[in-house]
Amino acid sequence: MFKWKTDEFSWVDFTIDVLRILIVLGVVVGAWNTLSSGRITFAQWVNLFAAGLSQGSIYALIALGYTLVYGILLMINFAHGEVFMAGAFSAVFLAEAFNRTGFLNEQPLLAILLMIMFAGLLSMTVAILLERVAYRPLRGSPRLVPLITAIGASFFLQYTFRGLYGSGFKAYPQVKILQGAVSIGGINIPIVQIFVFCSALVLMLGLYWLVERTRVGKAMRAVSENKEVARLMGIDIDWVIMFTFGVGGFLAGSAGVINGMFRPQGVNFFMGFIPGIKAFTAAVLGGIGNIPGAMLGGLFLGVIEAIGPNLVLAGLGIPGANQLKDVIAFTMLVLVLIFRPQGILGERLSEKKA
Amino acid sequence: MDLLRSQASRTVLALGLLSGAFILFTGAVGMIAAFHDREVVDRFISLGQLLLLMAPFVTSYYVAGRLDEHGGAPPRILAAGLVVGLLTALPSVVLLLFNSDEFRFLLFLVLRLAPFVAASAIAWQRHQAGAEIQAVLGIWLLVAVLVGIVTFSFALIFEIKGDLRSVLVNIDRDWVDVITFDNRKDLPLGIATFGLASIGAGFAGSVLYLMPAVPRRALIYGLGITTLVGAFGETARLILQENVDSDTLREIFRRDTLRQNAALALFIISTAAGFLWAMYGSKVRENIGNIDSSSRRRLNFIGLVIFVAFMLLLPWLIGRTLSDVAVTIGIFVLMGLGLNIAIGLAGLLDLGYLTNYAVGAYILAVLTSIGPLGLFKGTFTFWMVIPLALLAAMFAGFIFAVPVLRMRGDYLAIATLGFGEIIGKLAISDWLKPLIGGAQGVQAIPKPIFFGAELKNPEQLYYIVLVASLVCLFVSIRLNNSRTGRQWMAIREDEDVATAMGIDTARAKLLAFTLSAATGGVAGAIFAAKVGTVFPNSFTVFISINVLSLIIVGGIASNPGIVVGAIVLIGMPELLREFSEFRFLLYGALLILMMIKRPQGLIPSKIVTHEHQSGVKAKLAAE
Repeated sequence: MFKWKTDEFSWVDFTIDVLRILIVLGVVVGAWNTLSSGRITFAQWVNLFAAGLSQGSIYALIALGYTLVYGILLMINFAHGEVFMAGAFSAVFLAEAFNRTGFLNEQPLLAILLMIMFAGLLSMTVAILLERVAYRPLRGSPRLVPLITAIGASFFLQYTFRGLYGSGFKAYPQVKILQGAVSIGGINIPIVQIFVFCSALVLMLGLYWLVERTRVGKAMRAVSENKEVARLMGIDIDWVIMFTFGVGGFLAGSAGVINGMFRPQGVNFFMGFIPGIKAFTAAVLGGIGNIPGAMLGGLFLGVIEAIGPNLVLAGLGIPGANQLKDVIAFTMLVLVLIFRPQGILGERLSEKKA
Repeated sequence: MDLLRSQASRTVLALGLLSGAFILFTGAVGMIAAFHDREVVDRFISLGQLLLLMAPFVTSYYVAGRLDEHGGAPPRILAAGLVVGLLTALPSVVLLLFNSDEFRFLLFLVLRLAPFVAASAIAWQRHQAGAEIQAVLGIWLLVAVLVGIVTFSFALIFEIKGDLRSVLVNIDRDWVDVITFDNRKDLPLGIATFGLASIGAGFAGSVLYLMPAVPRRALIYGLGITTLVGAFGETARLILQENVDSDTLREIFRRDTLRQNAALALFIISTAAGFLWAMYGSKVRENIGNIDSSSRRRLNFIGLVIFVAFMLLLPWLIGRTLSDVAVTIGIFVLMGLGLNIAIGLAGLLDLGYLTNYAVGAYILAVLTSIGPLGLFKGTFTFWMVIPLALLAAMFAGFIFAVPVLRMRGDYLAIATLGFGEIIGKLAISDWLKPLIGGAQGVQAIPKPIFFGAELKNPEQLYYIVLVASLVCLFVSIRLNNSRTGRQWMAIREDEDVATAMGIDTARAKLLAFTLSAATGGVAGAIFAAKVGTVFPNSFTVFISINVLSLIIVGGIASNPGIVVGAIVLIGMPELLREFSEFRFLLYGALLILMMIKRPQGLIPSKIVTHEHQSGVKAKLAAE
């Protein structure tokens, strides 16, 4: 009745299981050590959580671009991080100009809205050009071909903007009303974090409305379901794909301005690369191709990245744990790809083409 | 209007504007001004000016070919050359006007009118398509607002900043100098010079096309060789320096640039040689084809002997500086051949190749260093550590390969990229600082010692790289034709079918990763010994991108392609220093271009070409 099938023992599975156990052990031990030592107070945890949430909402905005494009073309637009950079890097000049005229502090919300529109539209242009020039001729080729093209496009865009705007860092000017903090239940939360989270939320709701409630959103969903049938229904596939790239680009560009308000270290031509990979992680985490998934994945990654080093790495006795923030994020990336490539929310896509 | 609508005119217009956009782009990213610092012919033409003139020249030559195909008469082809030249200059001239104080108002005019023009154009189009009036007005308003936000913002930025330069950093005085051929003070004269030069170059391109075949080919050889020697003047001088006395050298070169007489002589000689080759080349080739097999074998053997002798003597022919470049090229040939096992043969897009390179370098550094971080302070020598570096890199390749074995192609690429980034961050972190020195890295790595002689010069290190590359090349060629190699190729083409054919894909993939890691480790170790210090900053994603680019450009799965790819992509930025700033711009553009136009690479492997063609045929048949 009961047979041991030794020949079906797979040592690859075995190694992956060992890896899984080691990681769980590491996380548990690290967290236990940190929590039992009580080095970090509750208020500090809340602060880390809030910072993670606002950083995560920026990842979520970029991740939406990956997810939208993947949902329709099944391709990883590796250059999407550079689309984000294009908007952020260009809008810094507008922010400076607004600051010089005093408009930025007289009408901060209007000024920021204009900056978001400006960056979003520029990034949109870049994304659409990218699709037109680099990806459209390759539609239907093997999966690695557009990926290599996208890697090329990524470096091409980086060094183009380096050539156009120079290689130095440029910082966004400070907006007065975003300085300071509000106290919620005795815990101080910086206003800028609340601003970042709220504006990202508004943009995401806007996207949700666009995809679920409008005609063009319906066309996008139809194309991602089945291109051929959508074409037979009279949908202009090329236009929908271009529109999708444009929407993803707009979100990335606006994320660029929001990110600039939030991070004082400024922007330069290489700023898009790491957030690009992280946003991809977020997209996979939520189930690539799945719009709410990308939003949740982004927030989740932001929080993990903020809390992880202090909770786990510091608990394991690793010095300089906050330097290893990126390592946490990339480890998350690799782990998700190994253990749950369909993501937290996504079963939908794995059946389509895994 | 009819003329504009015709296919031929649209070709001329589109390609002319494309070449204009190219000139504008290279100017805006600073390429033209940077290349202007390198003179091709002394006090005659610089590389930047050459770039300006090459664009209309090459474009109009190409346009002439296209027109000829569609039966265009010579006068039309010549006219097309003029138009291409004019269109090439146009965008840059417009930018030049925008940049000048007198005509700045034009820029603001354009920026402020653009939204209304764009909106009206699109609304008109919708109107023609039969849209309702409310819809047309709505679209007009939407487009006007959206475009308006962008252009009015730009107008505000330029107004407050005062000039273009404060935003577009490379639209500066140097750029104006090159574009106007040093007539910055007298703008109309400058623009006229530029325009006429561009039109002339375009005209020359179409004239060249209309020439009879023999002189045309002779001229192309002559121009090409003179330009190449001139552009790589420094390299040419360094090579001649080893072999010619200094007086003759001074006759030919003024510092690093070709003198005018020398350039003229070179042009005449190479054109004459090109003429002879164009006349008799086909006959020579025919005669070579008729040689019987025994003499051919002898000829092949002689060729091989000459080649080996040349490779052995190379450092003494080219001198120290160029040997250094040769060593760098060799290191990248090693990595290219290694990564090709994963990417080219097995189809596994590994973007974390720098991991293996870093492991090799750090192993060598830590084991042999005589500095504070060295573990054994000189007990281990270079020769003992090389096998260890190889094993360590193989081990690292193995470890990182196991978790990714089950992944799909594109996920695998991103996961390996993640591994590479993790390694980079760990190398620079405080955590591993006691072991590998954090941001300061490991210093005081001794040079290899060979039978008592310290190999401290690049001329000597060259031989280590040469031997390693040859071994690697040999293994690579053997693998290509082996059972394992065919298994890899089967996996590359279709993993499911390969599994169905009874191939143990997990084992084959692991082997590919591990073997590909091995050469990365050796390359890293040689790099560490060459430089003498190991910094974490040497190990960034750019290493992986470098290697990926040279494989793609040279030819995927093609060993000669990889060698050529390394020589071009690694050697050129080293030899042409003005260029190195733009190397990743070029790599990016090349990756896109190659994937679209020539996915099999410059020197394609026979198998890949065959598969590519049969794939195309199958696609055509399916349609």
